[in-house]
Amino acid sequence: MNAPIDHGRDGMGQAALKSASAGAKVVALLATSAGVVALPQATGKPLREKLAPLAKSVLVSVIPPLITVALILLFWQIAASGPQSSLPPPSKIWEEAKDLIVEPFYWAGTQDIGLGWRILVSLQRVAIGFSLAAIVGVLLGALVGQSVWAMRGLDPVFQVLRTVPPLAWLPLSLAAFRDSQPSAIFVIFITAIWPVIINTAVGIRNIPQDYRNVAKVLRLNQVEFFFKVMVPSAAPYIFTGLRIGVGLSWLAIVAAEMLTGGVGIGFFIWDAWNSSRLSDIIVALVYIGVVGFFLDRLVAFIGAIVTRGTAVQ
Amino acid sequence: MTSPYLKIDHVEKTFQRGAATTNVLKDVSLVIDKGEYVSIIGHSGCGKSTLLNIVAGLTPVSAGAVLLEGKEVNAPGPERAVVFQNHSLLPWLSVYDNVALAVNKVFRGVKSKAERHDWIMHNLDLVQMSHARDKRPAEISGGMKQRVGIARGLAMEPKILLLDEPFGALDALTRAHLQDSIMQIHAALGNTMIMITHDVDEAVLLSDRIVMMTNGPSARIGEVLDVRLERPRKRLELVSDRTYIAAREAVLKFLYERHRFVEAA
Repeated sequence: MNAPIDHGRDGMGQAALKSASAGAKVVALLATSAGVVALPQATGKPLREKLAPLAKSVLVSVIPPLITVALILLFWQIAASGPQSSLPPPSKIWEEAKDLIVEPFYWAGTQDIGLGWRILVSLQRVAIGFSLAAIVGVLLGALVGQSVWAMRGLDPVFQVLRTVPPLAWLPLSLAAFRDSQPSAIFVIFITAIWPVIINTAVGIRNIPQDYRNVAKVLRLNQVEFFFKVMVPSAAPYIFTGLRIGVGLSWLAIVAAEMLTGGVGIGFFIWDAWNSSRLSDIIVALVYIGVVGFFLDRLVAFIGAIVTRGTAVQ
Repeated sequence: MTSPYLKIDHVEKTFQRGAATTNVLKDVSLVIDKGEYVSIIGHSGCGKSTLLNIVAGLTPVSAGAVLLEGKEVNAPGPERAVVFQNHSLLPWLSVYDNVALAVNKVFRGVKSKAERHDWIMHNLDLVQMSHARDKRPAEISGGMKQRVGIARGLAMEPKILLLDEPFGALDALTRAHLQDSIMQIHAALGNTMIMITHDVDEAVLLSDRIVMMTNGPSARIGEVLDVRLERPRKRLELVSDRTYIAAREAVLKFLYERHRFVEAA
């Protein structure tokens, strides 16, 4: 900082310009120090000011969807209010199914329970089936991605099997397990596993040769290579597969429960249809949609944490 | 007569892609002594990287053999550590963990946990990177990444350190810094090093010997030049040094007069 000022004093002949610029620097310095003084004041200001930008960003992302929902409800109310209408308008749903909406966790007997409990039962099935699919899927995907012969042998089979709709597996699994609970879990498993296998395999085929060379020079064994190079390197792909998989499982569980019965949200819809409670069905649909959305976000969130660093390429 | 430290003995390499075969290396023989710094220079596509990969054990030979201390090399291993051209750090590991991966693998059971930690830090110190130990590769500059790559290579305590165009992707100033670091490390540890390069100044500055390769296909060793310059070498003093200028001229003449790069490839 001293250098330019000294310079200005040395050359008296050209002093005018140089000292002017040196003076300008001093002024600038003062200005920045003024800024430094101002900072503690800023931190001393009430929390309100700090939260303002945060609140703004929340509002910006929350208000547009709220407006959309309000418009949909309004349109729906108008469209379904006529005497000929076969579906209930929102106002009627609120009247008929208020208890389901406001009290998700009431418990009044084995079949008269809140939708929250039913969702939890369905989620439990999804959790078991999806976890199995994730573990088996990553292992099979690693095999297919790593070995050319495994790919040649298994890939065509996978490509055929993955096109079978989830519910087509149900009769077969009911016959095999003779019980609805494991059958429903198996349907989840078989639905969610294909995207996990295929994405993992792609991720592993895309591991840069450099990483493989590093592993070779270090003489990492198969297990070390799997955990230290393969999984982290393929993690972004694996999580894409898991995200698709969890979405599909949630699609499949509702359909499977409609047929297998029991306590889950799917059976609730079927039961409501059999007793013509259309309002209940609509409320259940909203529940399913919201939970599916959060499942997707949850897997995406975990993926974002786990793949921190890997994604930066 | 003792057997040579590293012997590249009549190595040939032919790549086969479908029906087409390409003879990359033809009858390459070279003996390297312990503690020697040898550069391999040649135009791109002359198979110098292939030769390094053969010594590393990453590429199998088609004929001939590589012998390290009399034992044949046919698989990669930590006693021939490689510093890769594009650093090849694992992006999900911190600087420390990248070196730790190598140290924990190579010295598990030999050094205690505390000793391994000290050894990791020692090697990071050696390349002046201990300040960034908790950073991830994406958060540090290209030159710093290459430093960590060198630390990882050195930390394996290799018999030979193989450097594959280690400074090729760096800007001139960073490259000069790293060249100085490498010279200091070589002076301090006395490692045997083989470096691939296409930079004539770099080759003359760093090497005891410069191996010049002819153009491929069927590349051979065209000439081997002894660089008789005292160490430690100082970049600025060398600029006007006669031996330096002569060595530089010899390499340039080889590359641009006798073995001009034919653009056909």
